[in-house]
Amino acid sequence: MSFIRKPNIAYKGQRTNALGLSMRDYEGGMSTLCAGCGHDSITSALVQAFFELDIEPHRVAKLSGIGCSSKTPAYFLSTAHGINTVHGRMPAVATGANAAARDLYYIGVSGDGDSLSIGLGQFAHAMRRNLHMLYLIENNGVYGLTKGQFSASADLGTKAKKGEVNEQPPIDPVKAALAFGGSFVARAFSGDKDQLLPLLKAGLKHKGFAMIDVLSPCVTFNDHEDSTKSYAHTRQFYHPAVHTDFIPPAEAITINYAEGDVVTVELHDGSKLVLCKVQPSYDPHDRAAALSYLEKSEAKGEIVTGLLYIDENRSTMHAVNNSAVKPLREIPYEDLNPGAAKLVELQSRYR
Amino acid sequence: MKPTDTSNPDYFHKVVDCQWACPAHTNVPEYIRLIAQGRNADAYMLNRDSNVFPGILGRVCDRPCEPACRRGRIEDKPVAICRLKRVAADLSEDIRDRLPRAPAKANGKKIALIGAGCASLTVANDLLPLGYEVVIYEKLGETGGLMRSNIPRFRLPPAVLDTEINAIIDMGAELRLNSPVESMKSLLDEGYDAIFVGSGAPHGKNLELPGRYDTDRIHIGIAWLESVAFEHVDSIGETVLIIGGGNTAMDCCRSSLRLGGKDVKVMARKPRNLLKASDWELEDAEEEQVEILLNHSPEEFVIDKGKLVGMKFARVEWHDDGSGRLKAKTLDHIVLPCDDVILAIGQENAFPWIERDIGLEFDQWDVPVVDEVTYQSARPGIFFGGDSAFGPKNIIWAVEHGHQAAISMHKYCHSQSMTDRLPYGVNLASTKMSIHEWSYSNDFDPAERRLMPHVSLQERFKKLDIEVELGFTFDQTVTEVERCLNCDIQTVFSTKLCIECDACIDICPVDCLTITHNGEEVDLRGRLRAPAENLEQDLYVSEGLPQTGRVMVKDENLCVHCGLCAERCPTAAWDMQKSDLVIPYASDEPVCPTKRKAG
Repeated sequence: MSFIRKPNIAYKGQRTNALGLSMRDYEGGMSTLCAGCGHDSITSALVQAFFELDIEPHRVAKLSGIGCSSKTPAYFLSTAHGINTVHGRMPAVATGANAAARDLYYIGVSGDGDSLSIGLGQFAHAMRRNLHMLYLIENNGVYGLTKGQFSASADLGTKAKKGEVNEQPPIDPVKAALAFGGSFVARAFSGDKDQLLPLLKAGLKHKGFAMIDVLSPCVTFNDHEDSTKSYAHTRQFYHPAVHTDFIPPAEAITINYAEGDVVTVELHDGSKLVLCKVQPSYDPHDRAAALSYLEKSEAKGEIVTGLLYIDENRSTMHAVNNSAVKPLREIPYEDLNPGAAKLVELQSRYR
Repeated sequence: MKPTDTSNPDYFHKVVDCQWACPAHTNVPEYIRLIAQGRNADAYMLNRDSNVFPGILGRVCDRPCEPACRRGRIEDKPVAICRLKRVAADLSEDIRDRLPRAPAKANGKKIALIGAGCASLTVANDLLPLGYEVVIYEKLGETGGLMRSNIPRFRLPPAVLDTEINAIIDMGAELRLNSPVESMKSLLDEGYDAIFVGSGAPHGKNLELPGRYDTDRIHIGIAWLESVAFEHVDSIGETVLIIGGGNTAMDCCRSSLRLGGKDVKVMARKPRNLLKASDWELEDAEEEQVEILLNHSPEEFVIDKGKLVGMKFARVEWHDDGSGRLKAKTLDHIVLPCDDVILAIGQENAFPWIERDIGLEFDQWDVPVVDEVTYQSARPGIFFGGDSAFGPKNIIWAVEHGHQAAISMHKYCHSQSMTDRLPYGVNLASTKMSIHEWSYSNDFDPAERRLMPHVSLQERFKKLDIEVELGFTFDQTVTEVERCLNCDIQTVFSTKLCIECDACIDICPVDCLTITHNGEEVDLRGRLRAPAENLEQDLYVSEGLPQTGRVMVKDENLCVHCGLCAERCPTAAWDMQKSDLVIPYASDEPVCPTKRKAG
């Protein structure tokens, strides 16, 4: 953290977006995380993503559970809606909010503890029902807020700061998401914004549940030698499988890619994802192949990153439930609540 | 790009824009911090080291520092550096016991200084403490040169001049007033070890137009100001035209208003943006209801029955003639009535008293040839400085000339090479006090520039010597000091400590940091988080970073020195270090007079 707030300086030449807002208008309160925390980098990438997508801050709902990661919604989009829920229960609250106000952008920020331990069930079911939201796991392999115990994502054999060795296998959120039916599954690294930023934009524009597992080193408890979640280790074994470029609806694809290695995916709002396969054999539409690729890479110690799986055609929660097209607040009160007489009439049909 | 060489003292010096722009390299941020701490005497003494006349310059300096100030690039207005200097001078406690003194034992060298203006006085200030016997020749009956004769008292009170000039004279200079040097040759015969010419540019330019000599109501600006200063003139007609658009014109028009002028106009040939007068002097004149007419080219003095009644002007339009030079096109003519005309169209050097056969060289404009490093003329032992060296500049340049000439004279008198001068140095020291605490006020204060309070328009014209500017109040000072961005507290980067976590980049309020792969400067400037479009400002480029081999690049242009990069850095790869420019003066030059004498 720092001691003074980041001063708001409207310097000459500052960029503004289509709404006339500057990047500063997308920031939030002063971070109280440790200096150098990966989470702050992710926050900064989110600020940039919302800014560049010209999203009005009040059209966003931020949700989180408990943990260092779950503090971060306070540090961006201070004029958005937001709730800090019970530990591991953010997906349920997000489901409720989304059911009532389906026209907002939903972003959930969780951590490896919040999603893979106490909240694993909630995490799984949110994916199963393909809730329309961007769900980030800020994954550092430790419980930072309680001083560095191993979390469920800690790798076998990794050492804690004081030297203990982790002897339980990790839950890989990417493999879990593939297994539970996630329709947009990606992994990124807080130290590589070039990759993270287009993934965040794609995730916000994906129709359905977009899960991004963001490796986010804990500088205080998990950035030492013999840690497999440190900046240095992540960079050493970093293995981008797919590079994603996000192209907004109105823009043409201007980047030149080598023939054959490129897959273009059109999202529901007309924006396009250009997936450039760094590994030629990789197919982000093939779930079985993705799982197999992950297993093989994991055995070699590689950390596979990029947009690893996408299915734009899976039905979302609203489609499955055939729910109202409008958010509930736009439906007249009389239609939402037809009154006691109608209730009696309805009940009489079941007598 | 190659990694930035921060061991070159110029690199960090250049980041301190104000200090870099100041001819005398006054340590502005440090003295502003001292004022902020209420240490006005310390601020005064720090100023005095480099600019010798803080009280005078705090009122009338040309302020090259202010247009350079980084604050002016962040928002519109720079820090009121000059006004704060005056605060230090006005509120300083008694510093007389901190002034340099002449040693008990003289060094046996005797030098002559011609003119008692700022350049000569600076030489005296630097050489008296080294044991020199200093004789100052002044043609007028008072010291100060142009500072006293040309700057009106309502801008620069005589008491301020006296205090700062006497501080130098009282070190033991022999002051010969009313002693114009009539012949350089005979001065040379008096056996001085070195001679310094600081006689200024005392010759006001004339305007040879029809009618020029048919009346006695046409005055040369600087001569007229001198007559006003020494009370030989105490009135002027009601309608006055000032010809010229420089600072002398501003002093002439405002002086006219105090001597009986009712309708005073400044007539300039050029458009507003090309006037030589400082913006603030134009504004101060306009506040006093002086009308500044632009694009009026003087053509003729209109004389009726031996009396000046007006002046004819061509109204012109300016066009670029294709080669970058402006050419005037006459639109029509206009005659403006007047009682007096004051010519303020420039001044030049005049050396009728220097014989042309004594070894000095004069160039095509009859100006002596002077070396730009040593300030020595073609004749060894004769030095020039101030306006008499390279034509009219300003006080702060004259002071810097004086410092440099003093070094040369000191080395010359001890038979040392004058080109072998001490280099500038820089000291760096961390300002870190604890995890989130720095030894300077690092939080950005969004306050706007404070405005100088003035004596009311009803009061100020009652007497010629009512100082118009009142000086900053306590509250104004407290606010203005916090506007300084502390550009001398440098962001210093240690490549090998960086773990590339991006924390500094995310927190930077002006997006001046980027980690990216290296490239040529032009390419790199376009790839930064905020494109680095100000080519006058350097990029600070690191060596290859340990984990990825990319480089950390800082665009020095807009950095507000808030220190957040260093606060957010988990490994202290960024540190905020105070850079202290080490400026060599004559007293720093190692000469050993006693040894030489023995030899």
